[in-house]
Amino acid sequence: MAVRKGIEVSLAVAEAAAACDVDCIAAYPITPQTHIVEHLSELVNDGELDAEFIPVESEHSAMSCCCGTAAAGARTFTATSSQGLALMHEILFIAANLRLPIVMTVANRALSAPINIWNDHSDIMTERDAGWLQIFAENGQEATDMVPICHRIAEDKRVLLPIMLNFDGFIVSHVVEPIICLDKEEIATFLPIYEPQQRLDIDHPITMGPVGMPEVYTEAKMAHEAAVQNSYEPICEILEEFGKQFGRTYKPVETYKTEDADIVYIMMGAAAETAMSWVDKVRDSGKKVGIVRFRLWRPLPVKAFKEAVKGFKVLCVVDRHFSPGGAGGPVAQEVKYMLYGEENAPKVVEVVAGLGGRDLDYDAFETMYDKCKKVLDGGEVPPFELIQARGGHYGKI
Amino acid sequence: MEKFNVFASRLLPKEDYVCSGHRACQGCAEALAMRLVHKALGRNTIAASATGCMEIISSPYPETAWNIPWLHVAFENSASVGSGIESGLKALMRKGRIPKRKINVIAYGGDGATADIGLQWVSGAMERGHNMLYVCYDNEAYMNTGIQRSSATPLHAATTTSPAGKTIGGQQTWKKNVPEIMVSHNIPYVATINPSYPFDFMRKVKKAAEIDGPAYLHAYSCCPTGWGSRPELGIQLGRLAVETGAFPLYEVEYGKYSVQEKVEEFRPLKDYVKLQRRFRHLTDEQINASQERLKQEYALLLKKEQMSKEGD
Repeated sequence: MAVRKGIEVSLAVAEAAAACDVDCIAAYPITPQTHIVEHLSELVNDGELDAEFIPVESEHSAMSCCCGTAAAGARTFTATSSQGLALMHEILFIAANLRLPIVMTVANRALSAPINIWNDHSDIMTERDAGWLQIFAENGQEATDMVPICHRIAEDKRVLLPIMLNFDGFIVSHVVEPIICLDKEEIATFLPIYEPQQRLDIDHPITMGPVGMPEVYTEAKMAHEAAVQNSYEPICEILEEFGKQFGRTYKPVETYKTEDADIVYIMMGAAAETAMSWVDKVRDSGKKVGIVRFRLWRPLPVKAFKEAVKGFKVLCVVDRHFSPGGAGGPVAQEVKYMLYGEENAPKVVEVVAGLGGRDLDYDAFETMYDKCKKVLDGGEVPPFELIQARGGHYGKI
Repeated sequence: MEKFNVFASRLLPKEDYVCSGHRACQGCAEALAMRLVHKALGRNTIAASATGCMEIISSPYPETAWNIPWLHVAFENSASVGSGIESGLKALMRKGRIPKRKINVIAYGGDGATADIGLQWVSGAMERGHNMLYVCYDNEAYMNTGIQRSSATPLHAATTTSPAGKTIGGQQTWKKNVPEIMVSHNIPYVATINPSYPFDFMRKVKKAAEIDGPAYLHAYSCCPTGWGSRPELGIQLGRLAVETGAFPLYEVEYGKYSVQEKVEEFRPLKDYVKLQRRFRHLTDEQINASQERLKQEYALLLKKEQMSKEGD
């Protein structure tokens, strides 16, 4: 029976992975992900989880090992953050193109330098092109629920892709929250035993990871693109099914108080929850603001997003990463890509904020609001701005 | 040596799991070694290859030379991939998802993938105690990318990144001793193998597979393209490498050394180097100095063997 208990989110996520009866976990310690794999190794060593825990010598090795376990046909789970994700970079692309249904939680953390263990989205946004499915959870309950959902999506015969489950490092990972933890029996009714489509089987030998000459490389990439795009419908179905079964329904794109909004914030991750509290507060003073949050980031839910922002005047995209010397933040770039050429498209104000653990507080949302209000009142759309920087606090670059 | 007939195909298993039609160069002893490994291991085997010659020659899609399940992920990490396969099978067998039976898991890497870029991955897989084999094909340079030096390239050998220049003549460092590094991991089995000695080769591969726990095999692999040797001389070069002391054959089982094809009297190293263009620039003095060092290393190896016997 599901119990609601006060538990650190990392531990709840680990217990969810154990309740999914994962077969193999290959992992390497990195803050702020470590509690997840620590707890999994505890569960294995206490005999509560029948799995191979492989304490590898680096994150690169963790992802390499996961390729091996998944290719052997085992349900595979791992977790990482920041530098660890960056070290895996090379193998992420390979795992995706080998169509190995690995589930990886990423406790999002800033990339060095300077070295910083706190939260932003620079680790995950630099891996946008890896070909994995990517989901962002906002809170502990969602992060915990997403573990069986992610396994179910990744292993669905119509999908067969690895999936990254993102949640904010420390802000979500290390917080003790009241969480409804599903037990193994309940999860088993939602997540069947994994039956791989193809695996390394001595009775049916296959060659995995062959050389792709120029004659076939493009076709391989096209097949991969089709697989990621076509995963959208199964993802929606699975999210809905989870909702029906357990009463918590998650959608690829969520909205908050957008019905009559003029200015809508585009966000993802835990900061969106702070923003929702801020919206509640300022709505009383007449500021017509709302929030649209991405839960699904890959495949990019283009249709659902367009639907969600239709008719608004100004969008404020809050990025937690940016491309120095480039076109600003990744979320804003993709939002603009989705809106380009649309009739009566909203104007897009881009801010980069909340880097390396800098609090995204009400002040920050007020600053963003002031920028957006000027645009709403007919002002020009300013270039992307990195707010919250001292020495020109909230100033332009 | 020239009189010795080593071609004894009648005595080898007929089945091939790395099939003909692959794209290796003429006289490639690495492909020969890979074929012998799989003759010894049989069909209940899963292989993980590192990026390199053996990977590209055997798997240009839609062709494959592999008659067993095979996986290639990247260059430096085949040991990790292999350890994952082993762990996956172990978990699935324990949980009753696949039939319980003995399956050999083997990971491959060239000398670059083993001694240089992948040393950490090999070390990790061996240290963790997976029941798997790791085979390093040592052709003493990065042949797949066009003959660049690795830390396993022998002293003075010319490669494209250690050329025989006017002031600096070839590789300036002594060959890294990877088998000794693996012995230091206290794994059950480490051995050097050489396809010019097919029976010793296959005996060691079988032993490595039978032993419970990690086993490391280091395979001498003549590369005619990279070494500038005639393709038909591969077997002869392999035997000369042993007879000159350049590549001693030995095994270390639970820390106990034993030396095979023992050399009573060393053939002159010159007999070996003169057949290879990579050593063309060497002076007699340099050859003699190398020969002396090889002799010293061989003497040390024999002492280790002696000590292993005394320890019994």
